[in-house]
Amino acid sequence: MTHIDVHSALQASLAAPYHDLVTRRTGLLVRTLIEHQLEGLADGSVAFLDFSRIGMLDRSCADEFVAKLMLPLTQEHPARNGYVVLHGVNEGHLDAIEQALLAHGLALVVQLPDGAAHLVGAVTDLERSLWTMVMAHGGVAVDGLAEAAGLARDEAQALLESLARRRLLRRDRDCYCPLGAAA
Amino acid sequence: MTAVITLPASLDEQNFEAVIEQLARLPEDAKVLVDARHCRFATPYGLTALLCLAQSRTEKPDFAPPEDDQTASYWARSSFFRYAEELYTMRGTVPRSRATGDSDVLLEVTPVARNEDVHAIVGRIQEKATQILVQKLDLDPRATMSFVMTLSEAASNIIEHAGRGGWVMVQRYNWSKRRVGRDVVQIAVNDAGVGFRKSLETSRARALADRWDDAVALESAVINGVSRLQDPGRGQGLKGIRGFVHRFDGKLTVRSGRARIAPVIPDWDEDLPRQDDLPFFPGTQLQVIIPKRVPRP
Repeated sequence: MTHIDVHSALQASLAAPYHDLVTRRTGLLVRTLIEHQLEGLADGSVAFLDFSRIGMLDRSCADEFVAKLMLPLTQEHPARNGYVVLHGVNEGHLDAIEQALLAHGLALVVQLPDGAAHLVGAVTDLERSLWTMVMAHGGVAVDGLAEAAGLARDEAQALLESLARRRLLRRDRDCYCPLGAAA
Repeated sequence: MTAVITLPASLDEQNFEAVIEQLARLPEDAKVLVDARHCRFATPYGLTALLCLAQSRTEKPDFAPPEDDQTASYWARSSFFRYAEELYTMRGTVPRSRATGDSDVLLEVTPVARNEDVHAIVGRIQEKATQILVQKLDLDPRATMSFVMTLSEAASNIIEHAGRGGWVMVQRYNWSKRRVGRDVVQIAVNDAGVGFRKSLETSRARALADRWDDAVALESAVINGVSRLQDPGRGQGLKGIRGFVHRFDGKLTVRSGRARIAPVIPDWDEDLPRQDDLPFFPGTQLQVIIPKRVPRP
């Protein structure tokens, strides 16, 4: 797991010490800086982007930073294998992040100040239900999960694969694990 | 010969149309004198639109400031003259601007030309916005975030699309004697740039449209979330503004070129959802009004 302080990235991107993530230009600058940091991580790493020192976040900036950071990772054949979890996100940030993700059909794992992980963005009820089961169990094989969810094995497998491809779960051999958890 | 543009006694969004009508009769390069001597009141929209007027003229216009001391003093405190003195040749005495801590001005006339300007605006207004929205307008503290986001998105649009700098101002009013009957906060975000029609000239909406004019372009962008860039993430800013204004029983109007739309009209006001064939005024002029919350019965 790698911790990346978004506020530090913001400070490094702008000439003056601002605390808010606003405008597309700022989103682009912060994303570019963080993309460089992610490129230096080991294959399969989970990066925790820490928003706890960020003031406000507007939708344009969320689109340029968060959504466009995730788009290359969720392609069919991504150039690099990595995961991103948003940490320290407050209620105000959440609306901008969710709208940006929905516009692109993306989703993300977000940790709110209470420490709980939530799935935010474009996910179906069934995907959310399976994801929640994986989070509760900490790492499960398809067979067990299919049975618990009352799904056919193939259907459960396809949904879990989709969640893993969208970087919402991690696959470790035959198991699907929460991001950041050991298999 | 200099043409005189007479300002109405009350310069708000509605009355600024009379100013545009006077301008529309003149060639673009005509020398004008904007006569504010009998003006007694101006909203953020009025003041920022006056700066856009000057930006839009080929020849630097003249300006006769208000004769009423209180009016002139308020315009000075609102930083209007600070920028007007650069854009107009002043014909008369202008009071010096001095900080008075005017509690109703949330944000003085502020230029928007660079990315950092938006950051500065957002940084400056947050504390005062919380104070006014929560204490005076009885809004939920969480409304502050949406309010500031509205300001940030609208100002960002100037940088992204206008092609020249614009202006922002925010003010609280006690409108107990008006139809709304309560306090309101007004946001004006005005520019004299290219406007929606030209900005969307290369968009898919333009390619598919049977008819293309300012009104169609305005509705495409503000109501349908169309952007000149084919990117599903674009258009989120205006969508968010519309959502915020609707959620807090506010009013949103946008004027560009020869058209004006009112995508959010609350029960406490009347307006036309769309007006075509207005006299031309360059750029985009956006106004948001958020009223004090009324407890539901």
